[in-house]
Amino acid sequence: MDRRQFVGKSALGVLAGTIGLDVVFSHKLPPGYVPLYLQDPDPYKLFKKDSEMVVLNDKPWNMEAQAHLLNDKITPNKYMFIRNNGKIPENIDASTWTLTIDGESATNKKTYSLQELKNKFKPYTYQLTLECGGNGRSEFDPPAKGNQWTVGAVSCANWTGVRLRDVLQDAGVQSDAVYIGYHAADTHLSGDPNKEPISRGVPLAKAMQDETLLAFQMNGKDIPLAHGFPLRLVCGGWPASASGKWINGISIRNQVHDGAKMGGSSYRVPCESVSPGTTVDDANMCIIESMPVKSLITSPKSGALIKEDQPLNINGHAWAGELQVAKVEYSIDFGSSWHVCHLEAAANRLAWQHFDAQIDFPKKGYYEIWAKATDQNGISQPMVLPGWNPKGYLNNACHRIAIKVV
Amino acid sequence: MKKGFDTSVRRLTLLLASFLVLFIILFGGLFHWANRPPQPKPEPDEILPEMVTDDTVENGIHLATGFVDDTGMKATIQNCTNCHSAKLVTQNRMSREGWEATIRWMQETQNLWDLGNNEELILTYLSKNYAPQAKGRRQNLNQTEWYSLK
Repeated sequence: MDRRQFVGKSALGVLAGTIGLDVVFSHKLPPGYVPLYLQDPDPYKLFKKDSEMVVLNDKPWNMEAQAHLLNDKITPNKYMFIRNNGKIPENIDASTWTLTIDGESATNKKTYSLQELKNKFKPYTYQLTLECGGNGRSEFDPPAKGNQWTVGAVSCANWTGVRLRDVLQDAGVQSDAVYIGYHAADTHLSGDPNKEPISRGVPLAKAMQDETLLAFQMNGKDIPLAHGFPLRLVCGGWPASASGKWINGISIRNQVHDGAKMGGSSYRVPCESVSPGTTVDDANMCIIESMPVKSLITSPKSGALIKEDQPLNINGHAWAGELQVAKVEYSIDFGSSWHVCHLEAAANRLAWQHFDAQIDFPKKGYYEIWAKATDQNGISQPMVLPGWNPKGYLNNACHRIAIKVV
Repeated sequence: MKKGFDTSVRRLTLLLASFLVLFIILFGGLFHWANRPPQPKPEPDEILPEMVTDDTVENGIHLATGFVDDTGMKATIQNCTNCHSAKLVTQNRMSREGWEATIRWMQETQNLWDLGNNEELILTYLSKNYAPQAKGRRQNLNQTEWYSLK
């Protein structure tokens, strides 16, 4: 029998054909119906992620790395965390994609195609640290609401694009401008087309920095879908939610941007510190700007058994939001004594810095290696949890790994 | 003459009754439409929402969703997994006040509907099975897997 009589009646049939399964009666499937085996797609294949990545949430998709997966100096896609507030847009056509600059403080409302952006403005590439504001949330007590990130919601990839400043200036920035807000193509979980899942922004000064990009490439290739294809705002060193994905609009505002997830307890912390568990009025919450100093031991993986007299090489990354990291130290005696690590300069401003050290252990036993970074202003990571806040942001407590000398 | 009058009365009554029925249907319908419960809008061309049809429970866990099997689980699945995954619920730990505040926030900003009588059931279920446990200022590492590093 001619296989083609059964397959090929519908697009689904063709699709099924390509994976070696015929959907008998595929022509009778109602439009819009997706067969069971195509539902609930494998996120690892869908997003090309390593099998050791951890899914925190599948609607919306949220996935994090583990410390040892982040050992690369430049984070590849397969180890990059995914954070979504809404649904990833479907059927993106880069050839018809546009970016509109508008807002109270824009001299002209201007719309650019992707090609126009690429042709008209000079491209730049920077390696930029993007950390979710809620990275480390799982450790707060009392627990904070949201995805329970551990340590893996951070990345530092190369981003290529045009400077947001150049585009804003082309449209014209009026003297009363104070903030920019982004608009994007992702859709609200409730299905309400009038709701934006997230529309955040940054003060004008951050928007005008050299390294603030409207990026169309990540690590030299088109940005992967889950990370914002075809256009992403990248504001390194700030909560990654400021780096909007699937960007189709930037509003130049004469007030602090008031889009979704700019108010309430979203990406905001008490302006004055509070005792754990305190209810804080919206009026007393302040928007998070630069992320705090932090570090991660990415090698070895926690749980290593080493022989007595076997020196151990450790390495990892440290970052400090807008600032440089001045020093990284390690401790093998629960913070009683600290030893300075070798620390490299950043590839560029707002990129993480690499550290390494060789450790000799005095005798057999259980050890924890703690890493502590200090920023250029002399501010270090705390060894226990930093100030509690309602949504569990900004946990920059020392990273720890467990080692046994046997 | 009387017969003609009776027929006219009957016709008129019938006519008025018909109007009354139409009137009731029209306004009843309008009233019902105006007071209909909010429903999530179906989106064409989208992958159909996950239908939880398998209610297998193993070791007290509802396998399809990961929820703890207890009174109120069904209402929680029906009301709390339309927009987001069950995982967003099961990875969180909150007091009753915390869960209630989360429901209010979703109703105010995220289009969550009025939970009616189910709210009490859901709040009791969540605050019992997903209550916070004291963690202190820093937890143990609890390393369970060890490997030889060459």
